[in-house]
Formats: sequence, C-alpha cells, structure tokens
Amino acid sequence: MVWAILSIKVENKPGILFKVTHLFRSRNFNIDSISVGVTEDKKFSRMTITTIGDEKQITQIVKQLDKMIDTIEVRRLDVNNSVYRELVMFKIKVSKPEDSMEINKLASAYSAKTHDAKKESIMVEMTATPHQISAFEELAKKFGIKEMARTGITALEREEHEH
Amino acid sequence: MSDNNKMNETMIGATALMKALEKEGVKEVFGLPGGANLPMYDELGKSNIRHILVRHEQSAAHMADGFGRVSRKPGVCFATSGPGATNLLTGIATAQADSAPMVAVTGQVPVAMIGKDAFQESDIIGMANPALKYSYQPRTPEEIPTMVKQGFYIAETGRPGPVLLDIPKDVQQNEANIPFPDEVRVPGYHPWTDPDMQNTGRAVELLLSAQKPIILAGGGVIISSAFAELQSIAELLMIPVVTTFKGKGAFPEDHPLSLGPIGMHGHAEANKLMTEADCVLAIGTRFSDRSVGTFEEFEKNLKIIHMDVDPAEIGKNQTTSVAVVGDVRTSLRIFGKLLMDKAVRPSDDNPWLKHVKETKQYWRENLKLHPGEMGAAKILRKLRELLPKESIVTTEVGQHQMWASLFFDAIHPGTFFSSTGLGTMGWGFPAAIGAKTARPDVPVVDIAGDGSFNMTEHSLATAVLEDLPVIVFLINNYSLGMVAQWQRTFYDRRMVGVDLKKCPDYVKLAESYGAQGIRAQSMDELEKAIKDGLNSDVATVIDIPIDPEEDVLPFVAPGTGLKDMILPS
Repeated sequence: MVWAILSIKVENKPGILFKVTHLFRSRNFNIDSISVGVTEDKKFSRMTITTIGDEKQITQIVKQLDKMIDTIEVRRLDVNNSVYRELVMFKIKVSKPEDSMEINKLASAYSAKTHDAKKESIMVEMTATPHQISAFEELAKKFGIKEMARTGITALEREEHEH
Repeated sequence: MSDNNKMNETMIGATALMKALEKEGVKEVFGLPGGANLPMYDELGKSNIRHILVRHEQSAAHMADGFGRVSRKPGVCFATSGPGATNLLTGIATAQADSAPMVAVTGQVPVAMIGKDAFQESDIIGMANPALKYSYQPRTPEEIPTMVKQGFYIAETGRPGPVLLDIPKDVQQNEANIPFPDEVRVPGYHPWTDPDMQNTGRAVELLLSAQKPIILAGGGVIISSAFAELQSIAELLMIPVVTTFKGKGAFPEDHPLSLGPIGMHGHAEANKLMTEADCVLAIGTRFSDRSVGTFEEFEKNLKIIHMDVDPAEIGKNQTTSVAVVGDVRTSLRIFGKLLMDKAVRPSDDNPWLKHVKETKQYWRENLKLHPGEMGAAKILRKLRELLPKESIVTTEVGQHQMWASLFFDAIHPGTFFSSTGLGTMGWGFPAAIGAKTARPDVPVVDIAGDGSFNMTEHSLATAVLEDLPVIVFLINNYSLGMVAQWQRTFYDRRMVGVDLKKCPDYVKLAESYGAQGIRAQSMDELEKAIKDGLNSDVATVIDIPIDPEEDVLPFVAPGTGLKDMILPS
C-alpha cells in the first residue's frame, strides 16, 4: 500500500466537489484527506486529495479522475519532490499552572503559534507535515487534547530544474 | 465555454430547447408530460419533432437507448420532475453500463423552489450522477442551446453515454435574447487520443509471434463500426474470433472463423478455445466478470493486447501485455496497415487452425439440446431461418437472453442489442420500439422472456398507437427462469418467488392493446406466427410456451473460470 497525493485542477463551478467525492465512493476508493481552494486563475479550483491504495488502485483513481469532464488536469505528485503541509488546530487542556509554560515550549519547538490562552486551555495552531502533526499530537496527549481540527493536506511540486 | 455565438434571438427557454434539438437533427423524442415540463411540451407541439408517448418514463429511456444504439446518435427522452425523473434512472443507468448515447431532458421545479422540498421535486442530478456521462442544469434560458450542443457532443463522442439536462420550469418559461452557438468547446473533455504507434507496433509483433492467437471482439467494435477492419484482420491472419456478449454482432456468426460469444453462457467451443489460446487481441471490451469468469484464471498463460477508446479501462479489470488507447476503428486500421507488410497467412495444416476447426465442429454437432419440439435452440433457429438477415434483434434479460446468445446467430453487423452490463429486465421491448423508430425499414424483434416482458409490457400501447410494429418473440416458461435455474443448481431446488402461475394470458393481453397476439405450441404454428408477425401492420406478441425446467447450458458458475464450464449431461 502506498500513500499518494493527487492534485486536481477543476472548473470553479458548484457541484464539482460532489462529483469528485462521489467518484471515490462509487469506485470504492479511499479519501485520506481533501482540501479545496481557488487557484491563481479564479476560473479554476485545485483539490488536493491524499489517498491510500496499491499502485494499481492509484493508477485507476488517476484515470477515472482524468476521465471526468470537469477535471482540467489530474496529477499524482511525487511525494519526495513536493512540499506538502497541513494546518491543524488543537485545544489543549491546562490542568496546573506549569502546563501553560510547557505547552508554549512544545509549541515553539514545532514552530506553532498559540492563541486564546485561558486558565483551562490553550489553542495551538501549526502548519506541518502529517508526520510532524502526529508527533506533536502524541506529546500533547499528556496534557489532554480537548478538540482538534485539521484541514487536510495541500501541496505543490518543486520545480524540475534549478537555473 | 461557448464560442462563435453567431445569432441571437428573443424567445422563451422551451422554444430555445426545441430549436437546439432540431439543430442537432432530432426528429423524435420519447416521453411523458407532467407539471414541470409543460412549457417544453407546449413548444414540442409546435415543433417538427415527433413525440412518441410512453406509459412509464423507464420505457422512454429504454426507447431512447434502443434508438441511440441502432442509429449511433443520441436518443432523446423527456420526463417531468420528481417521479418522472426518477423513473428514468434505471434507463439512464442501463445506457451508461452499455455505453449508449442518450440525452435525457427533465423538467425541474422553478429555480427559487429548488431545495425547498417542493411538490414533485427531486435532486435528479445528484441521484443520477454516477450513472451519467455528464449533466446540466441551466439557471437562465440563455444557457440552454450551448448545453444542448455540448450535451449531444459529449453523449455521442468517445465512449458514448447518457447526458442529463434538468431544466427548471421558470427557465423554460422565461424569455431572453438567446445565443445559438455553431461550435462548442468542452475544456476538460478529450474523447479520443491517437493510438500510440510504438505500442501498436509492439501489438503487431506480439500477435504475429503467437502460436495460438484469438481475437476477442467487444461492444466497442459495434460502437465504432469497425466491422470491416476487424474482419479483414481476422481473414488476413486466419485468426478465430470470439466475442463478448455485448460484442455479439461485431463479427458475422456464420463466418467460418466465428466461434460466438464467450462467458458465463458462452458457446462451449468459444470458452474452450479462449482458455487454450496463447495471445488474445481484445478490442473494445472491459473484460467484465460475465465474460471472463475469474480474472486470475483468465490471464494464465495468455498475452493480452487491449485496444480501447477509454484509457481508464486499461488495467481496470485485467492486466495487459500491450495497450493501444484510441478509437478502435482507427487503431484497427493502423494495425491492419502495419500487418500488411509482415503478415504471412497460415497454411491450412496449421495445427491451431485445425484444432479450432475440429473443436468448433465437435461442439456444434455434440452439444446436447433439449429434446422437446419447442426447445429453446429449435425455436430460436427457426426464428433465424425466417427472419431477414438485416433485421434488428433486441432481448430482454434472463434465460431467453442467453439462449439467444447461444442459438440465434447475429449475421449482419450491429443487428443484435441487449442490456448486457446492467442486465435490466424490461429493456428489450421498449428498446425494440426505439430501434424501429430509427430503422422503420427493417423488421425488429424483441426476443423476450415472460418475467422480463411483464416489466414494460405497457409499451404495447406505444407500439400500437405510434404505428411501430415490432415483434415480441416471447419464450414463455411462466417463471423467472434464470433465477429458477440458479435455485435448481445452487439451492437444491428450493424454489422461492419464481413461479408466475400462468398469469397473464399474453394473447389476450396483446389483443387488449390492439396488437396481434398469437400462441405457438408447435413448430408449424411457430413458423406461421413468425410469418404473420413479419407481415403484420401492428405489433405482434408470439407467445411460445416452453418447458419451465429447461436450463441454459453451458454455464460458467460465478466465481469460477471459463474452463470450469458446466455442460449439459
């Protein structure tokens, strides 16, 4: 099984997200994460979908997405040659006064920001790879995670040639 | 998206729809009016387009499907919103499964009412989405002609399929200054790619190096009209041809190289030789489970060359040795040209050809048939004998369908059509009516079973009133015969829900609609009935009672390979 990042340029019209996700459902594929936003050209949106499957399945997903009339371009990004990040927000419990300082220290070690520091909780915002997010999540568990929200991955491939 | 907006005219949306349909060459639509498509019907009445009234929208979709498969132009069906639209769904899914061109036009509640659970509102675009090639919902009358033009283009090009146009009632009624584009562009749609020359060259080498080659022709050959190209390659290299069930009629079944369909109920010789071949040229097929049985078994010792218009079919069900993506007619032409320089016609004592010939002869002579006078093979061979070769045949779904595959030879190209993918009972009769609309000059016969015919028998009204005299060749075992066969074979004869208890009387049923009803209980009666049907000005139902215990054999049980086929004992 491999993890793949698909970058899909679509027309910026209503109903297309529905069609793309419906394709995954009806073809028995998995969506691991999905993020959508407008591109540099406002006529188009870019969906970044991460999925897990064997090579044959992922080839099939790309072909089926490509076949969709609303998709303008479908690319499987080279994971080793792409920058991919996810935004995550944690609400972490503060049980005793020193927790607050420790959470701040942990956040700064991960280049994360803190918001809304209250007596009972602190909000942490971080942009990182899924791997780093999992690592942070593990460490934050000892304080207690009240809530967590993730955006799903967005990604761009690095330029091929350096001049 | 539209280019070249040459002329604008002021009119209401419904008028624009009719004008746009006329510009696409539409001469007839199949449909049923209702509240949300009344403006369309009002304009339809004023147009030159013929309306063929159905008694249930599912039949309208099947008629459009039959029309589309025969004419290779999208058939058009109309339905109102809500239940009218949902009744089309089975027909849309059937067309999608068999890659048939269709444009379905539904009425929708007014724009301001959408999402309010209005009377007869349904989110038909959402419901039909996975069964559609594409869909449109215009929000202004100005969009209609462009969407119609794009819709027809999408429905009939590349791998054909159904397109839905869902038009809110106010969009039909409102007046606007409406542009009619002469050309449209669909940016994300690339219906054809040119076959890759390098791969085509490799495919030629692979086929020429095979000791035991075979051709597997699928429905794509019929859709792209690649009959002549296929035949010339088969004859040049003397390669035996099997088809999928969908590909029946892609190659003349009276040809010495023809072995008939493979699959769950394929010809014994076709299934047997398919498993013995060392290289298959598979053209326009998706390797459905019904055709190949278990995939692992199928690909053992077999080099597969796969030609298809749809890149997503390559490697979906079957791993291939070489793939050639593109319109199969174009691919076959290039393939043929490359072959010309290199091909050596095998001699008559070529061991594979000798074996093929002997196997075919053996099974044609030795396959055990039902002993009764009205056995399925006998009645279908009688029909073939009396029916002109250019006649079009459709089937329903069930035992009769598989008997038709086994015992009714399709000889002229593209004269045999069936719901092969979705397996929709009730498809054959309305599809025959659609086919007759497209080809009024040839006889059209629906080879039917009683269970299937029940599902759309109301279309007798359409056949009679619209003067479309098709013949229903009703192979009647008064049961849901295929299910009964599976219960006999796999469930120790525990028969549940399959006995139709001699209801209704099909002769009386036909007569009550003003059609001709004939019961044929002997070969003499059958011969007379077929002749009467062919000479009749009205639709004819020939009710042919048969032995309800007759099984369809050979039979490849689900989950097994072609070599495991069960033969008549």
